Amino acid sequence: MQLRHIVSLLTCEILSGEDLLDLGIDCCFAADLMSDVLASAPNGALLVTGLASSQMVHTAEVADLAAIVLVAGKRPENEALAFARQRKLPLLLTGLSMFEACSLLSQHGLRGAVRKE
Amino acid sequence: MDRDSLYRETFPIKGDDFERGGEVATRVKALLQQLGLPRDVIRRLSIANFEAEMNVVMYAREATLEVLVFPDLIRVQVVDRGPGIADIDWAMQEGHSTATEAMRARGFGAGLGLPNIQRNTDEFEVKSDAGVGTTLRYAVHTTPRPKEG
Repeated sequence: MQLRHIVSLLTCEILSGEDLLDLGIDCCFAADLMSDVLASAPNGALLVTGLASSQMVHTAEVADLAAIVLVAGKRPENEALAFARQRKLPLLLTGLSMFEACSLLSQHGLRGAVRKE
Repeated sequence: MDRDSLYRETFPIKGDDFERGGEVATRVKALLQQLGLPRDVIRRLSIANFEAEMNVVMYAREATLEVLVFPDLIRVQVVDRGPGIADIDWAMQEGHSTATEAMRARGFGAGLGLPNIQRNTDEFEVKSDAGVGTTLRYAVHTTPRPKEG
């Protein structure tokens, strides 16, 4: 699924990565607990989260995640947004809840992903 | 004790600096990328470094994270000054944590940090003196080795 499809599906505001919408995404991991993301999300995954702090983007950076969708209309902290732009990491904002966002992504074929040990 | 490293660099980490928590792991990742290491090695080290950095931010006053590059492995030492870990065996079990709500609001503090570091590294050691601080030493091999034993 292309990132631009995710943007239209979840009615996202694009906060970072406007020029990366052709990026292909094939799996998704949703969590607010960054240690869970670090433990289980495979590289290249889309992160769906309600965590708006700078740790959200640092997590995506160190775990090689493809992009972030911030749910429930939460605005990222200034440091988080600046870091996402600096690292060219797509950061999208949706007013949908985490459940609604994940449901829509799943209905349209995006699979959930857990890294195998 | 250690063989001579090819390269070493030390990064300071400040306790309680939640806004910047993660910057050291990111800087070290850029360094590892410059060294041309395999992507999986960089990812495993970066995850371990980030968890170790957040442990310092959450629990210690200050620390240094030192990266030592050897021909066949990357070693990291995180030496903090802080309260130490009273019971390391307890802290190594997933879900065991003394974190506050403020820490959990940052997406950490669920008792997964030390187990995540161990899971992502080939060598792992933690030592702690109550009231003095904690030292983490871990390493990721950059070339495949046969399993010992």
